[in-house]
Amino acid sequence: MRRHIKILEYALSSLVRRKYKNLAILLVYTFTIMLLASILFLTHALKQEASFLLLDAPDLVVQKMAAGRHDLIPVQYARAVEKIRGVKKASPRHWGYYYDALTRSNYTVLGIDTGMPGLHLVEGSLPSDKGQCAIGTGVAAVRSVGVGDELIIVDSHNTGTAYEITGTFSAQSNLLTYDLVVLTRGELMRFFGLPADRATDIAVEVHNEREVPTIAAKIRQVLPDTRPITKNEIIRTYDAVFNWRSGMMLVIFSSALIAFCILAWDKATGISAEEKREIGILKAIGWDTSDILELKFWEGAALSLTSFLLGSIAAYVHVFFFSASLLAPVIKGWSVLFPEFRLTPSIDFYQITVMGFLTVVPYIASTIVPSWKAAITDPESVMRT
Amino acid sequence: MEHLIHTEEITKIYNPRKPDEMRALEGVSIQINRGEVVALKGPSGSGKTTLLSLIGCMGRPTSGRIVVEGRDVAKLPERFLTAIRRSTFGFIFQQFNLLRDVSVIDNVLLPLYPVDIDVPAMQQRADRLLDTLGIGAKRHLKVKQLSGGEQQRVAIARALINKPTVIIADEPTAHLDRQLATDLLAILEQLNREGKTIVIATHDPLVHEHPFITKTIGMRNGRIEGVVQR
Repeated sequence: MRRHIKILEYALSSLVRRKYKNLAILLVYTFTIMLLASILFLTHALKQEASFLLLDAPDLVVQKMAAGRHDLIPVQYARAVEKIRGVKKASPRHWGYYYDALTRSNYTVLGIDTGMPGLHLVEGSLPSDKGQCAIGTGVAAVRSVGVGDELIIVDSHNTGTAYEITGTFSAQSNLLTYDLVVLTRGELMRFFGLPADRATDIAVEVHNEREVPTIAAKIRQVLPDTRPITKNEIIRTYDAVFNWRSGMMLVIFSSALIAFCILAWDKATGISAEEKREIGILKAIGWDTSDILELKFWEGAALSLTSFLLGSIAAYVHVFFFSASLLAPVIKGWSVLFPEFRLTPSIDFYQITVMGFLTVVPYIASTIVPSWKAAITDPESVMRT
Repeated sequence: MEHLIHTEEITKIYNPRKPDEMRALEGVSIQINRGEVVALKGPSGSGKTTLLSLIGCMGRPTSGRIVVEGRDVAKLPERFLTAIRRSTFGFIFQQFNLLRDVSVIDNVLLPLYPVDIDVPAMQQRADRLLDTLGIGAKRHLKVKQLSGGEQQRVAIARALINKPTVIIADEPTAHLDRQLATDLLAILEQLNREGKTIVIATHDPLVHEHPFITKTIGMRNGRIEGVVQR
């Protein structure tokens, strides 16, 4: 054990001795890991956000289709759906999007009767009157308003309407409420000019989750102009979109990876004359090949693990404290209309382990292999230098 | 005196069967007894350094036998050669072969890093050696800050840190002025008095004509030209 500790000490002092070269490698390596980890953290966090979002989502959402597009659905469709065996409840939902030209942001506007599952107010209460609203923290931030203030937005008749803010939201996921404006259902219908017999879509709850696909098929049969979307389909879509985007990002990022590989390869094949001489000296004065490999292992491990740790921490800070400002437009989409939101910290340790394996191990190997080549040669050469 | 090291008809060929093949040694047989001070004498290219490196288990002969303390080392696996090199030999190289950016004390301690010995004992041994050689005050300086003579002493301290039986020195006076060379020979003489066997490759008359040399082996073109026992 003593022997290993001494070799580790020597390895660390060797790294310090070649500080400029190693510092340069450390910086490039850390930056590479940071980018890679940022993509993984961001993708995972977004998927996690999406799954939080869908925790309280209905088992099925039924949309009316017209000319291949989503249209307003007749409210009486809810009764037809409720008659299908296995359906617990079918409720028409009224919601829409509002583009706020003032802040160049899109808000989601939702109409409610009483409570709303999955949402918790951080301050105040839900609207109970047509002149009231509750807003998400993102809306509050971009409009610089809070409980007791007024939110003025322009309705479908191009008339500005002032709403008293009765509450601001908090939720397990910011993604759910950040851009939300909640009105009473009647006021929302007036605001958007929705006909009284129409809703945006219908939320369906079923008794047995395993029957969702069967019920969806039955809805399609009974109401052929509708499109039932299951919760699982939405989850799969989120996964596919975020995986596709992170994959695309990884492809773009691959140039950085390739640059790093070239650096590692250069290091691997380009063991300097000075390093070769040092290996020769160590062998001549009694170091075994295995001692030199251990020395190079510690050097590679110290450098790559430090980079990995720093890169991962930097990625965590970048993604969860600075909302992944470098990557978010690519992964979340390029729209500038959605308000910014802060991601809930969430890390997949399996991904971290795989990333560690794919970055640390090749680097250590690239450090050891050329040293091994130098170490297996007879130390006699050192006598001639 | 018993034979500490002997070689039997050793040959060393570099790059065999290639256009740049070079026969460095040809049928060399020598004996080195315990406690002797042997000078390998000859011009550049005569094979002195090659013979030293083979005796010191740093390389293997192309043919022939090398016996060190009763063991034929010519065909031993690498790890056994390392163990013998570590326990039996201390090397003083022509160019010192010190790590210039490393402190004096750490250079001296280098051979002990892969040895299972505790750090305070290592430090104590190195400090004693550096004090004996008169460079104890400079133990924390980097080697590149030392003069040539001081670097030579660091190399000697490093050669002695493992308490070797045999000291192998390759042209130890090549980069020293006359005074420093005389000082070095005094140190080697003292070490010999303490029981070390010393093998020196040199073409410096100051060394091979020194009274403490007990045997001079003349070499030319990779062969033994003559042996003079004093």
